[in-house]
Amino acid sequence: METVEINLEEQFQARIDADISIEPKDWMPDAYRKTLVRQISQHAHSELVGMLPEGNWITRAPSLKRKSILLSKVQDEAGHGLYLYSAAETLGTSRDQMLADLHSGKAKYSSIFNYPTLSWADMGTVGWLVDGAAILNQVPLCRTSYGPYARAMVRVCKEESFHQRQGFEIMQTLCEGAPVQKEMAQEALNRWWWPTLMMFGPADADSPNTAQSMNWRIKRFTNDELRQKFVDMMVPQAEFLGLTVPDPELQWNETKKGYDFGGVNWEEFWNVVKGNGMCNKDRLGARVKAHEEGAWVREAASAHAKKRARKMATQAA
Amino acid sequence: MQVAPSDTSALNAYPPELRQLLFQYVLQLADTSLILGHRLSEWCGHGPVLEQDLAMANIGLDLLGETRSLYQYAAELEGQGRTEDDLAFLRIATQYRNPLLVEQPNGDFADTITRQFLFDNFHYHCLVQLRASADERLAAIAEKAVKEAAYHLKWSSEWIIRLGDGTEESRQRLDKALASLWRYSGELTTPTATEKALQATGLIPDYAALLPKMEAHLAHVFEEATLPVPQGVFMMTGGKEGRHTEHLGYILAELQYMQRTYPGLTW
Repeated sequence: METVEINLEEQFQARIDADISIEPKDWMPDAYRKTLVRQISQHAHSELVGMLPEGNWITRAPSLKRKSILLSKVQDEAGHGLYLYSAAETLGTSRDQMLADLHSGKAKYSSIFNYPTLSWADMGTVGWLVDGAAILNQVPLCRTSYGPYARAMVRVCKEESFHQRQGFEIMQTLCEGAPVQKEMAQEALNRWWWPTLMMFGPADADSPNTAQSMNWRIKRFTNDELRQKFVDMMVPQAEFLGLTVPDPELQWNETKKGYDFGGVNWEEFWNVVKGNGMCNKDRLGARVKAHEEGAWVREAASAHAKKRARKMATQAA
Repeated sequence: MQVAPSDTSALNAYPPELRQLLFQYVLQLADTSLILGHRLSEWCGHGPVLEQDLAMANIGLDLLGETRSLYQYAAELEGQGRTEDDLAFLRIATQYRNPLLVEQPNGDFADTITRQFLFDNFHYHCLVQLRASADERLAAIAEKAVKEAAYHLKWSSEWIIRLGDGTEESRQRLDKALASLWRYSGELTTPTATEKALQATGLIPDYAALLPKMEAHLAHVFEEATLPVPQGVFMMTGGKEGRHTEHLGYILAELQYMQRTYPGLTW
C-alpha cells in the first residue's frame, strides 16, 4: 500500500515537472487538491465581492459611456466568478459549499476589496492598479499545473487586460483634465497604492505555503517577485500620468535594475485579512444579505423545475 | 455606438414642427431605457444568484446602449448642440419623459421581474413595429434593440412563470408585486399628444395595434404562471409628460451627481 502511494506521488510530481497539466480525473495528492480548492474558490469569491466596490459607482458614473463600460466590466467579473466556481467544482467541491464558507468567514477573498471607493477616480485606480496587480498574479496562472484552472485563467486574463486599459484611460482622462480632476486622481492613487501592493500577499519569509505551491507549479513566482515586478511596471506609468507614488523611499536601483520601495504596513494587511478593514463587514454583509434574500427565488426556481419535470414525465407517459 | 450614420439632410427634410415632435418622442424612449437600465444596475452584486446578477447587468447594459443611440439621435433632431450626456445629466425631473413604471423601485426580485416583464412585453412589440418606421434612424435603432428586447422578454417571461408557479412564497410575492405595479402598465400604451401626432404620420407604431399581441403574450405567460390577469385597475399616467412619482428625483440626484458637481468636464 505504502509503495503504491509513493509511486502515485512520484508519478504526479513527474507529470508536474514535465509540465503536463493535471486534469480532474487524475490522481493528485490531497494537499494539492485542498490548496487548489482554497485558491480557486478564494479567487472566485474575490470576483464576486469585487463587484461591490465598483458596483458602488455605476449609478453615479459621470458619463453614459463610462457607465456602460463600468457596468460591462462588473458583468465580466460575475462571469469570471462563474468560470472559477466551475473550475473549483471539478475538484469535488460545490458552489453551495464554497459560498457557505465565504458567508461564514471561513473562506477569504482578496483583501483589496475591503477598501472603500470614495470618488470616481477610484474606478480608474481600481482598473489601473488593482486589475494591473491581478493580471500580474493571473498571467502566470494561465500555465498553472491544474488544467481547468489554467484554462479559466486564459479567458479571465483576456478580459482583465481590457479592464486594466480602461482603468488607465480613466486616469489619463482625469490627469489631462481640469486641476480638480487631477487632484482626484492623485488622491485616489494615494489611497490605493499600498493596499494594491498588499494584494501579492505576505512577504516570502512569511508565506509558508509558497515553496510547496511552487513545487506543484500552482504558483510560478513568489509574492515578493510579483510585487517587485508590479512596482517596476507601475512607477513609469504613474510618471507618465504625472502622478506621484506615495512612497518617499521609492528609488531606482541601477544594480538590480528595479525600484527599491518602502515597507508595506503588514499590521494593516493582517488586520484587513482578519476582518478589520474599512469595508469587511459591509462587503460580507452585502453578500450574505443577497444570498439570504435570494433564497426564496432559488427555491422557487427549483420548485418550478421539479413541477415542470413531473409535467413532462406525465405527458411522455 | 451610433446605429446609423448621421444624415442631417434627411433631418432637415422634416418640417420643424414634426422634427420637434420626433425629438420629444426619441427623448421619451431614451429616458425610459436610461431609467430602467439605472434601476437594473442597482442590483449589481446583490442578485439572488450569480447567474441572475449577470442577466440583470446584461439587460441594464443593453438598455444603456439603446439609451445612448437614442439620445444621440435626439440631440441631432434638436439641433442645439447638446450631447447625449447633456440630455441625461442636465435635465430636471419634470423634463424627464419616462413612463412611471420604469422609475419604480427595485423592491424584491418579484417586483423587479414584474416591472421588467410589463415593460419588456411593450418594448419588444413596440420595437418590432418601429423597425418599419419611415424614419430611418429610428428604424435602425429599433432593428438593433429588438434583438436585445426579445432576449429580455424571454428572460422576464420565464421568471414570471417560475415565480408564479414556484413556491407558496414566490407566488405571494409575485401577487404583491403585481398588485402594486400593474397600475403603471397602462401608461405604456396610452399615447400622449406627441405620440398621437406622430402615430398619425405613421412614423411610430399605433399602440392600439400592439395591444392584441401584448395581451396574447401576457395571457400565455400568466396562464403558465397560473396567474389571473388583473382586471379593472385604475391606470396611473403622467410620466411621459413629466409628472412623475417621487422616486425619480432620487434617481436623478444620484445619476447626475458628478455632472452637477463638476460641470463641463470630460470624463
